[in-house]
Amino acid sequence: MNDMTPIQTTLKDWESDQEVRWCPGCGDYAILKAVQRTLPQLGADPAKTVFVSGIGCSSRFPYYIESYGFHTIHGRAPAFATGIKLANPELDVWLVTGDGDGLSIGGNHLMHILRRNVNVQIMLFNNEIYGLTKGQYSPTSRIGTTTPSTPQGSVDRPANPCAFALGAGARFVARGFDVSKNLPDVLKAAHAHQGAAFVEIFQNCVVYNKDVFNDFAQPKGADDRQLWLVDGEPMLFAGGAKGIKLDLDTLSLQVVDVVDGDWQAAGVIVHNAKNRAIAHMLVEMPFGPFPMALGVLYDDPRPTFEGAVVEQTAKATEGREASLAKLLGKGQTWTVGGTAQDPIGTRTFPQGEPGAAQGDGVRNRNGL
Amino acid sequence: MATQAADRPAETQASGAAPEAVVVRFAGDSGDGMQLTGGQFTLSTALAGNDLATFPDFPAEIRAPQGTLFGVSAFQINFGSTQIDTAGDAPDVLVAMNPAALKVNLAALKPGGLIIADTGEFTKRNLDKAKYESNPLEDGSLAKWDVLAFDISALTIEAVKPFGLGNKDALRSKNMWTLGLALWMFDRDRQPIVDWLKAKFKAKPEIADANIAALNAGHAYGETAEISGPLKKVSIPPVESDPGLYRTITGAESVSLGLVAGAQLAELPMFFGGYPITPASAILHHLARLKEFGVTTFQAEDEIAAICAAIGASYAGQLGVTSSSGPGIALKGEAMGLAIMTELPLVIVNSQRGGPSTGLPTKTEQSDLYQAVYGRNGDAPMPVIAARSPADAFDVAIEACRIAVEYMTPVMLLTDGYIANAAEPWKVPDPESYAKFPVRFLKEKNAGDTLLPYRRDEKGARPWIKPGTPGLMHRIGGIEKHVETGNIDYSPANHQAMTDARKAKIDEIAVPDQDVALGESTGRLAVVGWGSTFGPIHQAVRRARRRGLSVSHIHVRHIWPLPKNLGELLAGFDRVLVPEMNTGQFKTVLRDQLLIDAESLTKTSGQPFAIAELEEAIGKYFDDIPDNEGGEVPADAQQLPVSASGHDDGSLRPERRSPQSKVNP
Repeated sequence: MNDMTPIQTTLKDWESDQEVRWCPGCGDYAILKAVQRTLPQLGADPAKTVFVSGIGCSSRFPYYIESYGFHTIHGRAPAFATGIKLANPELDVWLVTGDGDGLSIGGNHLMHILRRNVNVQIMLFNNEIYGLTKGQYSPTSRIGTTTPSTPQGSVDRPANPCAFALGAGARFVARGFDVSKNLPDVLKAAHAHQGAAFVEIFQNCVVYNKDVFNDFAQPKGADDRQLWLVDGEPMLFAGGAKGIKLDLDTLSLQVVDVVDGDWQAAGVIVHNAKNRAIAHMLVEMPFGPFPMALGVLYDDPRPTFEGAVVEQTAKATEGREASLAKLLGKGQTWTVGGTAQDPIGTRTFPQGEPGAAQGDGVRNRNGL
Repeated sequence: MATQAADRPAETQASGAAPEAVVVRFAGDSGDGMQLTGGQFTLSTALAGNDLATFPDFPAEIRAPQGTLFGVSAFQINFGSTQIDTAGDAPDVLVAMNPAALKVNLAALKPGGLIIADTGEFTKRNLDKAKYESNPLEDGSLAKWDVLAFDISALTIEAVKPFGLGNKDALRSKNMWTLGLALWMFDRDRQPIVDWLKAKFKAKPEIADANIAALNAGHAYGETAEISGPLKKVSIPPVESDPGLYRTITGAESVSLGLVAGAQLAELPMFFGGYPITPASAILHHLARLKEFGVTTFQAEDEIAAICAAIGASYAGQLGVTSSSGPGIALKGEAMGLAIMTELPLVIVNSQRGGPSTGLPTKTEQSDLYQAVYGRNGDAPMPVIAARSPADAFDVAIEACRIAVEYMTPVMLLTDGYIANAAEPWKVPDPESYAKFPVRFLKEKNAGDTLLPYRRDEKGARPWIKPGTPGLMHRIGGIEKHVETGNIDYSPANHQAMTDARKAKIDEIAVPDQDVALGESTGRLAVVGWGSTFGPIHQAVRRARRRGLSVSHIHVRHIWPLPKNLGELLAGFDRVLVPEMNTGQFKTVLRDQLLIDAESLTKTSGQPFAIAELEEAIGKYFDDIPDNEGGEVPADAQQLPVSASGHDDGSLRPERRSPQSKVNP
């Protein structure tokens, strides 16, 4: 995000005049609403906000937000966003991508925007499927996913978006899901972070991968299966009856029971969003034996890429005169005739007539 | 096929007369510093007022194993007191720092030319590596050339002895010793080289002193050595040039400066997205040092990101530029389509090299023309312009910027490996002499209360709207969009209208009328070129015209769209010959666009055309001229290189060849 004068807007101000074209019941509707609800709370200015996307269902997102929007090509949104931020660091750039767009065809660019730490918010809608191309398995599909391209079930191991982001050097990693009431808070934290903020948003594809996240996302019993992380708070879930402990012998996380609310006695650790080692454990924490880690998993800012570029340019420019005439005449030069101080025009080639006395340029000669 | 005469040239200048031009080739191991020697010799030659052209020819390997044939690096310079357009066909002087350098370059040397060889390197081991069975300096195989062989290695060690360097370090000054000798031969001032050495080794004055000592020793050797034979001092008087300030410039520098100038004329900051690739990287290197001119350079993670970031910057209101060579341009294709679809300005520089695939990274070719003109999915028209020489690339880069911002379109600028690396004198232009084309961004709604991001101006261009402008929020993308609102619109009539609008915009770009580079605007034969073939075509046409042949040289800068008068101009010639370093790509474009019977002369050996090759091809159109019956041109056989040095006399071709590929003889 950027420091800017807060602008008074409402949710309505962020709705474009375009008809939303996602399938009825798609999780994208909920995410769109969450974003449109969040932007007024941030005091964001529609004229200074840019949504950039790649290709896929999620990437239609910019058309529905009343701000500047650029729907680019498959997987490359991070590269466009980098160019936009370098050209105008004042713009508030949100990047919208999906599991196929961001982790398959565009994995390279996602890695580099995170490593460079360009100051943008990256929302990766993970529905574990290719929706727009009609349901092929994606790099985040679980082993055994049956699709038109994997009729006997997929056999390759899925990528873990948050682990990828952290491994690429991200300084902000968070998770949420489409219908979660906490999603705006996660987005606000991402916006507050100076640098590349990576948010994985689990999103329900009702047509090709329906309810695949119900195991942790369905409201009933959610508290037992969702661990919402809050910086400085103990890692508790199941209404405080369970917590996460760091086992020092095996250097791994464990689920422990908390008796009578005495989480300290149970050894439950306090979430420190700046602890990169714990962040690595949280993103790898397998769902099933553990709850799904949600919220801000890691948040430890570093100087941004575009900030460093601006600084270096300022330093390189300081005290240097930008005279094009001087630049062109730089290096070792020589003058012909007496008008050397006022050089105009460029070299012309003579329009010779046949037989005109022109040098051949190359001649034989012997005995140099 | 032309054969190389074994005897001395018949046309010999009177002994002692100053030649108009001399071609010198420095050749050695890639670690011997030949490019550096050549570069410094070029500088001193330019300062002496000669016109010149250079041709660096180096291997793709950074440090190939020492002494091997594939590790030979060469630098050729043609300089003289008349106008020089090419780096010269056959060298008059070959400096061979080791046996491999001799073997690789000997074929190109003019009969009767001078070989300067370092006997210190002609050891058994090095002869073996160069696959010589006996020492060519001793076995008489060099009889048709003059040979000057002495122990440059030992002389260099002797010269730098006072500086206490080890033998290995001492030998690194060998190139300076050789340069000193060359400077003596051509009566060149040593001072610029001395100044340069002092500046280069400011932190290590003893190295600078050793190199200067070697330079002086080489020079003194020429002056004092009592050698009878071929080594004589030659004086080349300065060329008559237009008055003005001059410098030497390579194509890569020229493109960089032209882009900076173009952005300034458009009154825009420039964003350059690049990814390292030979021979295009030099542009990124040059621009990275020009931050004070509002230039941001970005070394992206790949070619695709480089162009996408540049488009992103254009979207945000800067002049986006990207640059690469063929393989990288291929990767950028989809993004070019997006720039065409979203109608954003962008300059794409392609420094072409031999292809396909990785091809010949350090050698030159013009074989990306189809890629530039036709190489994208969908109906994706894009302007294409080509530079003819290092100096010309400056103006062409400005022209590319102008078209990009005035027509809201990506523009492809074609150069090639030869233009990128070669140097020539450049009359430094006055930036004030160029017409400005300042960009005006849209500041308020353009249709009353409504914003229409795709409403076009009289040129067919849509408005450029910077994000950050209050009240003009809108969405663009690669999906087909409504002709005015830019909202998604797949309807049949709309796609028809948008396809037509995109094509009409490019077709109607104002392109200057085609001029004739040399000769009349009608006649028997028009030789039509584009790009870096300018020099050899120009000289070949000039020579043919001196023999009275009715031939003109036309050199096309605007490849797409073509100048409006080109069809009419070419119709005034009986025949049209198109020499190009590919299998006939521009010929196809001319046939396609103008319905004329353009004929091809093609060459894809990784080497530029030799003047004599073109002269010979031109001669075939004039078999009714006295002394030219049957099209047997008395082309200067001395000048024709042999196939080993890249001349395509037909013998390089395989049995199977395309019936379309017309071969000279």
